[in-house]
Formats: sequence, structure tokens, C-alpha cells
Amino acid sequence: MPEPITIRVKRFDPETDAESYWQDYTFEPPSEDSTLLDCINHIKWFIDGTLTYRMSCRSAICGSCAMRVNGGGQLVCNSQYRDHLDADNTITVEPAGNMPVVKDLVTDATGFWEKIRAVDPYIRSDREREAEGEHLMSPEDFSNIDDASTCIMCGACYSECASYEIDKNFLGPAALAKAQRVVHDTRDEEQGPRLARLSEYGGMWDCAHCFACVQACPKPVNPLYRIVDLRNEAHRRNFHDNNGSRHARGFVDIIEESGWLDEAKLPLKSVGSLKEFVTDLLPMGIRMGVKNKFRPNPMHLLPGRHHPPVPKMNEITKIIDKTKAADPADNE
Amino acid sequence: MANETDVQAGEPGKRYAFYPGCVSKGACKELKTSTELVAKHLGIQLDELREAACCGAGVTDDVNPEMTDALNARTLALAEQKGLTLLTQCSTCQGVLNKLNKEVQEDERKRDRLNEVLADTGYQYNGTIEVKHLLWVLVDDAEYGLTRLREQVKQPLDGLRVAAFYGCYLVRPSDLLGFDHPHRPTSLDELVTALGGEPVEYGGKTKCCGFPIQMMNPKNSFGMAGTHLADARDKGADTMVTPCPLCHLNLDARQPDAEGALQELGKGSGRLSMPVLHVPQLVALALGYDARQLGMATHIVSTDAVEGKVAAAGA
Ligand code: FES
Repeated sequence: MPEPITIRVKRFDPETDAESYWQDYTFEPPSEDSTLLDCINHIKWFIDGTLTYRMSCRSAICGSCAMRVNGGGQLVCNSQYRDHLDADNTITVEPAGNMPVVKDLVTDATGFWEKIRAVDPYIRSDREREAEGEHLMSPEDFSNIDDASTCIMCGACYSECASYEIDKNFLGPAALAKAQRVVHDTRDEEQGPRLARLSEYGGMWDCAHCFACVQACPKPVNPLYRIVDLRNEAHRRNFHDNNGSRHARGFVDIIEESGWLDEAKLPLKSVGSLKEFVTDLLPMGIRMGVKNKFRPNPMHLLPGRHHPPVPKMNEITKIIDKTKAADPADNE
Repeated sequence: MANETDVQAGEPGKRYAFYPGCVSKGACKELKTSTELVAKHLGIQLDELREAACCGAGVTDDVNPEMTDALNARTLALAEQKGLTLLTQCSTCQGVLNKLNKEVQEDERKRDRLNEVLADTGYQYNGTIEVKHLLWVLVDDAEYGLTRLREQVKQPLDGLRVAAFYGCYLVRPSDLLGFDHPHRPTSLDELVTALGGEPVEYGGKTKCCGFPIQMMNPKNSFGMAGTHLADARDKGADTMVTPCPLCHLNLDARQPDAEGALQELGKGSGRLSMPVLHVPQLVALALGYDARQLGMATHIVSTDAVEGKVAAAGA
């Protein structure tokens, strides 16, 4: 028989509770190999029928059982309880984050679905169907959308997304992964307008690169990596008029000049207007100067000038030139 | 308090290929100063990779992944030539270099492709080295370790309440790093305890500081920083400590902006006044060094309260 464990559940019933509260269930799991969902089912079926949560497939297909386990979003049906026990033989289970709680572990995913819809997740094409009735795609082209296609819409990524937590205007991880899936689908003919929209405020450049979605994702979608795919594509197609693109391109330019980052120059290359310079950068520059934290040499900021390069800069230049020769897309 | 002149050099210990990172040579020079002081004191030998390029901070691969990977492969090759573990003092450098290192170790085709690019300059990377952050080296007994560090503490940080800010790159993705629990990491808190301080539990310790979107969505970026700082303040922290200079820039240099963002977001007003220390600064204070030797006067948020508390503990 497996040792007894405790599952500590964050509970809330809007009809009776003013606030959420923790409830501990201590019991022997059904078997050594039980999944965490098996254990939660055990509570529901044999200990406390009022515990409320979503589940269906029990095999990481339907996407309904995402919740927070020991502080992070994930499915509960695709791993064994043993993997989550802490030193006190306890597992903490809460509803997914960044969404209103309906009851106990059930959240209202309306916001999530709105974001998915907002990226128009359908292939758009005016092309007549070819005579054969099929749009063929090469295995190589498919490999670009293979990972994003595996999304089961569980919302574990939204539960943990740092950017979405502060700004609900952000499209967020799953929707951007879905956008990547459509943008890189060779049958779609709306890539241009899509990338233009995705380059705006709330789109691909609002991702903070925090890896929370990669950590949470139960499939190979890994939304952050798909967002980087989108940024690569936006760059290839010259969607350059935004701070995200200016920042990344400015960063590359600086490395090409000197091999290392010039922290005074990069912000200047990233802002899109004088107003941003005055409101967002100047106060910090002054603050740092006054404290003698950072006093860059203004001569290095002049056009065509740069701070002293790292030793053996010739090697760095040679390597960069070689990568350019290897990929004409980066040759500009 | 120790003087500049009596920075004692510890028994020569393990040697590392030291990759300081650009920020520690620019806007956070106090980080490099403090790391070098602590390393010398503990006998950790730093062989600086002066000719290494910038890691790209996870930004340059947005537009030029080939360049980013090739330059980072060269950096790994530089450490491999020396036969040394690569040591960073920046979570972001660590994350970028470790991710590439794992990819190159697992994907032979990628390794060959990168070596092909490096060939003209005479480099080759075989995937034999490890990438470690200073924090891991200080905590892990197989490296320097807390057992030894505890014996070196001269000025225990008694009564100093420290909010450990892990941020992103040291804990995620955990299948790639595997040092700490991704949601409940302990290494930095263990370090605080070993130095005699008191770790503070608060909500945002593994969340993003907001730095990467400073230029794209400032309100969101500073809102993230402000949320974590306010949380640490409300839980009674005297100071925050971070293993990443980029986090430091958003949490310290941008703290006035974070106060503004919190107000704008309707998440409360008022001063944060939260000092933010780099990991080696906290260690050096416990080793008996003076705040001035650690560049703490250059921080945007005054660290006087921390110094006062440490001095009081020693009195
Ligand atoms: S129950 Fe269907 S994904 Fe977990």
C-alpha cells in the first residue's frame, strides 16, 4: 500500500464563502503509480463529493485539467503524484492563475478564448481549390507548424504568464503560438496583415521572455519559442517600425560594431520618438549619472562611433560575416 | 571592517572561466567589483574570458539566431580550451549559454553546423563543459558550497530580512537547468540563511522583473517590478537580493518608475524604498566588507538601512 499523502486544496464556493481557504485531505493514494488526477478523483469519489474541478480524458488530450500544482500551472493527469510530493508528503493544488475562479479548482477561461479568437486562428485563402482537392504541404514546411499544432488549449500558460498578469491587453502565449501556427502555414495568404497586427502593442513584442509558458506547457508548443519564430518572421518581412524590432536590431548592430553591449546606445536605438526619449529614458539616465552608477562617454554615442571593442574583435566579425553568408535572410 | 588593502586571498581553490557579462562592465560595475572581491576572499579563481562576445541576452535571437548561436558557441569553446567550467554572475547570460550548451550537447547536427561556422577562426566546441551561475557555485558543496562559506562569515547578517528574487533564467525551464525547484526554489534562501540573514517569503520571487519589455511596454514592465517590490515590502523585507544585473536594473534603477506604475495600475501608492543587492554584495557584507567597497553608494535606492542593520548586528 502506498504511504498516506496530504493534498492541500485551495477551495472557494462563491455561494457560501467570502474568501478562499485551504483544505487538507490525507489519504492513501489508490496505487503507487496513481496520477495526481487519480488522487484528486479519489478525494471526490471517496472523501468529499463537494470538491469541484474539471477533467475528462485523463490522458493529456482534452486540456480540461490545468491547475496550479505546488505553485505552477500544469495538467494533473499527465504525471504521477509521487513526482510532486514535498518533504512533508504534501502536494498543494490551486486553481489556475490569471483567471477568475468559478468554484474550487474551476476557472472561467473566457479571457483565454477571447485571445485565441483575436488572432483569427483560421487559414485565410482566396485561392481556388486545386483540381486534386488538396493543398499539399512539404514535410519541411509542416515542421515549422508541427509544435504549435499540438496545443490542447489547456490554458496552463496563461495561468503563469507574467506579462498577461499585469496587462490583460497582451494576447498571451497560447494565442501567439496559434498565430505562429497560422502565419507559418503555407496555405495562408494573410501573413502580411497578421504580422502587422501582431507587431502592435499587446502582440509578440509584449512577451517578457520569462519562460513561464515553456515551464507550464504540457506539449511541445512551448509558446515562447513560437513567439521567437514570429519575431524572426516579422523581421524577415521587414515589420521594423516598433520598439521591439528596433531594440533587437539595434542590439545586433552594437554587437557587430564592438562585440559587446553598449547599454547607453541600445535604448537610444530602441525608442521610436523624442517623447519616449524624454519621458522614459532621460530621467533614468540622469538618476544613474547623479549616483555615478553609469556615465557613458557621449563621444561613443555619436553616429559611426562606438565604445572600445572586445579583444580579438576580428574573430567576432569573421564569425558574424560567415553567418550572414550562410543565411541570406539575415544579410541586410 | 576590512579595508581594500586587506582583502584577504583565500587558499587557492577551484578555477573557473569567468564570463562577467556586459551589464557588469556597464551599468552594474558594482556587481563585477563585488564578485571579484568575494572570489578572491574565498579563493575561487576567476580566469576572465576577456575576448568573449555578448551573449545577446535572449534578444538578438529575435532577429538573428544564427549570429547569436555562433558567437555563444565561440564563448563556450573559449572555456573548453581552458578546460574550465564557465562561471557567470548574471542569470540571463547563464540561461542563454546553458540553453545553447544543452542543445549542442544533444543535437549533433547543430553542433556540426556551428563548428562549421567557427572553423575559419580556429575554434571548435565539443560540448564538454558546464555553465554555472555564481549562486550555484556558492551553494553547492561540490563547488565552493555553503559548508565552507558558513565558516567564512565574520559579520553574520543577524536580523536582516532578505527577500530572495530568483527571477526567470535561474529556475526555468527546469528540465534544462535542474538546480532548483521551478516554483519553490531554495538556493538563494539557503545562502541568505548561511550568511545569518532571515529569508522572507513573498509571492513574486520566481516571477519576471519586467526588464525585457522596458522599451516595449514600460507600464507593464515597471508594473511587474513594482508588484514584486511592494510584495517584499509588505512582507517586511529590509532588502531584496538578486542574482541578475538585468533584474537589478529594473528593480533598483527603475524603482521610481515602478512606484509610478503601481499608482497608474491602481495597485497602491507610496514609496517602495526597497534596497536591492546583488548576490556577491550580500555575501561580501557577511564576509566583513564595507558597503563602499561594494559600490552600494551607486545604487539608485539607498542601501543605508541595510548597512545600518548589518552594523547593528555586529555591534
Ligand atoms: S483530463 Fe484531459 S488533459 Fe487532463
